[in-house]
Amino acid sequence: MASIDISNIQKSYGIMPVLQGIDLEIQDGEFVVLVGPSGCGKSTLLRMIAGLEHVTDGEIRIDGRRVNELAPKDRDIAMVFQSYALYPHMSVAKNMSYSLRLRKVASDKIATIIAGAATKLGLGPLMERRPKALSGGQRQRVAMGRAIVREPKAFLFDEPLSNLDARLREQMRAEIKKLHKDLGATSIYVTHDQIEAMTLADRIVAMHGGSIQQVGRPLDLYDRPANLFVAGFIGSPGMNFFEGRVSVVGERSSLTLADGIVLPLPAATALQSGERATLGIRPEHVVLEPAAAGDIRARIDLIEPTGFGMILHLTLGTVSFKAFTLNRAYLQAGGDIGVRFPAEHSHLFDKDGQALNRP
Amino acid sequence: MTAKRIFGILAHRLAILGYLVFALFPLYWLVKVSVTPNKLLYSEGVRLWPSRMSLEHFAFVLKHSDFPIFFKNSLIVSGSTAIIVTVFASTAGYALSRFNFRGKYWIVALMLLTQMFPLVMLVAPIFKILSPLGLTNSLTGLVIVYTAFNVPFATFLMQSFFDGIPKDLEEAAMIDGATQFVAFRQIILPLTLPGIAATLGFVFTAAWSELLFSLMLISGNQAATFPVGLLSFVSKFSVDFGQMMAAGVMALVPACLFFLLIQRYLVQGLTAGAVKG
Ligand SMILES: Nc1ncnc2c1ncn2[C@@H]1O[C@H](COP(=O)(O)OP(=O)(O)OP(=O)(O)O)[C@@H](O)[C@H]1O
Ligand SMILES: [Mg+2]
Repeated sequence: MASIDISNIQKSYGIMPVLQGIDLEIQDGEFVVLVGPSGCGKSTLLRMIAGLEHVTDGEIRIDGRRVNELAPKDRDIAMVFQSYALYPHMSVAKNMSYSLRLRKVASDKIATIIAGAATKLGLGPLMERRPKALSGGQRQRVAMGRAIVREPKAFLFDEPLSNLDARLREQMRAEIKKLHKDLGATSIYVTHDQIEAMTLADRIVAMHGGSIQQVGRPLDLYDRPANLFVAGFIGSPGMNFFEGRVSVVGERSSLTLADGIVLPLPAATALQSGERATLGIRPEHVVLEPAAAGDIRARIDLIEPTGFGMILHLTLGTVSFKAFTLNRAYLQAGGDIGVRFPAEHSHLFDKDGQALNRP
Repeated sequence: MTAKRIFGILAHRLAILGYLVFALFPLYWLVKVSVTPNKLLYSEGVRLWPSRMSLEHFAFVLKHSDFPIFFKNSLIVSGSTAIIVTVFASTAGYALSRFNFRGKYWIVALMLLTQMFPLVMLVAPIFKILSPLGLTNSLTGLVIVYTAFNVPFATFLMQSFFDGIPKDLEEAAMIDGATQFVAFRQIILPLTLPGIAATLGFVFTAAWSELLFSLMLISGNQAATFPVGLLSFVSKFSVDFGQMMAAGVMALVPACLFFLLIQRYLVQGLTAGAVKG
């Protein structure tokens, strides 16, 4: 087990910069999840930690020791690939014991370790099979098994569950969480999946365009996104945004949208009249009222029942947005509905997309 | 099943049959002539099978001609060429597939360039180079020339096999604690066996049937390979077809054995890529 310190890491392919100055300190035993849109450099960062990718600039330390120049084999790190990368010509047992055999561990000791891992992952009856004869979920388990047998300093996961169907993904997610609890190993986990990120992470690192946007506990990112990108990226369905100009009259301030609709803003904002700003509100925080009672009326375009609740697609003036409600009763597509954006759940972003502190 | 479908299947099978007959007929004729006694060869006219079979040609070729020497020479030359070329081609193909290095583009371009000249153009210069080195009239000389000519194509062949193996596998091995070379030997090479078998087979048959260079570089029977040796059945006044064909049949044997040995890997190579590892 080890801490991983990443300071001012840069990566470019030729003249194309991919990562620009990543700083991240990962504590011993911490589970860190990297999220971000496709192509933002998550895999690249992970592969640099593993030693599979040359570091253009900056420093990576594992347990305080600089590893930039170390070969992957000398970093004592395990990695689970999206493709699983199981060795097709070896049995499950051989796949799992390969790292131990390379390290010349005594064969009786290998047998014990492999048996232990097989039990832990429920792979017992499959040990003599080739990867070709396994289902996707089983392959995934073997890939996990291969990583845990040698008790490495840290685990790296690159979208390990993205090839599984939804149900299996849910199950494996829980198993990974349990495994992490048992082993307490430092882990870095890359995913596209909101729920995976929220449920697994001790801390989430949200990346965009080769730099870190925000680092924090899952609910911190959810409740207090640092900027428009994080606000829009975390959460599903995503946060609604209303862009407009601020006007301040005495104690009250409001936001005028392009088509003239006026939304009240939380009382105390640092914004001046005339500044551009964006108001953000999550779908589940939109309060729905009968059309007659609300001051703001929106049209219902579409209703998507998810079973658990309903997602409403609404239009306010020319802006489309979404609301989530548990109430099934009186809603009808095509009709009008009153909406309210409670101040305590509103997020305000300045013209550069940075979040303004809420009172 | 509709009549149209049955007709489709029939047409398909017939087409395959037609192709097989077309492709295998020369082989059949080779065997047929080789077992036809000299007396019947011309007297019986064109028949699909002689009225009497005999192995006299085989016996004669084995006992009274230099064929066994040719055969041994061919085996040595083709075998060595196949092995040497495959070793070079698999290491070079791996490098081309996996590494980026300075001059890679030019190396590939040069290798392609060597494939563009008709070999006949090169016979004279090669003879000029080899003869002061004492490598004409020697099997070593032939092996060197064949190796040089086969390495580029074989390298591209092997490169395409390596390209078909996901890079993740080596990376996983390196993270598991292997060096790049150990990953190559223990993970990638076993998975490339079909490719290696195909390359071995390709180079072996190419060298086995090569005539031009062995004709030009070798004089005399001691270092002659089998294709050259076949010409010794052509004398000034007659061609001994029976013996020639018998020698030809026997020359097929190693190639057949060779492909029998590697066919397991060849078939595997054709199907293995279908399943994601
Ligand atoms: N070998 C390479 N040469 C040039 N550019 C590369 C190379 N590998 C990756 N890139 C670029 O680096 C950027 C980051 O890639 P990376 O694979 O890290 O993205 P990612 O965040 O993992 O995306 P995804 O979620 O789709 O896996 C991408 O824009 C990609 O095009
Ligand atoms: Mg990726």
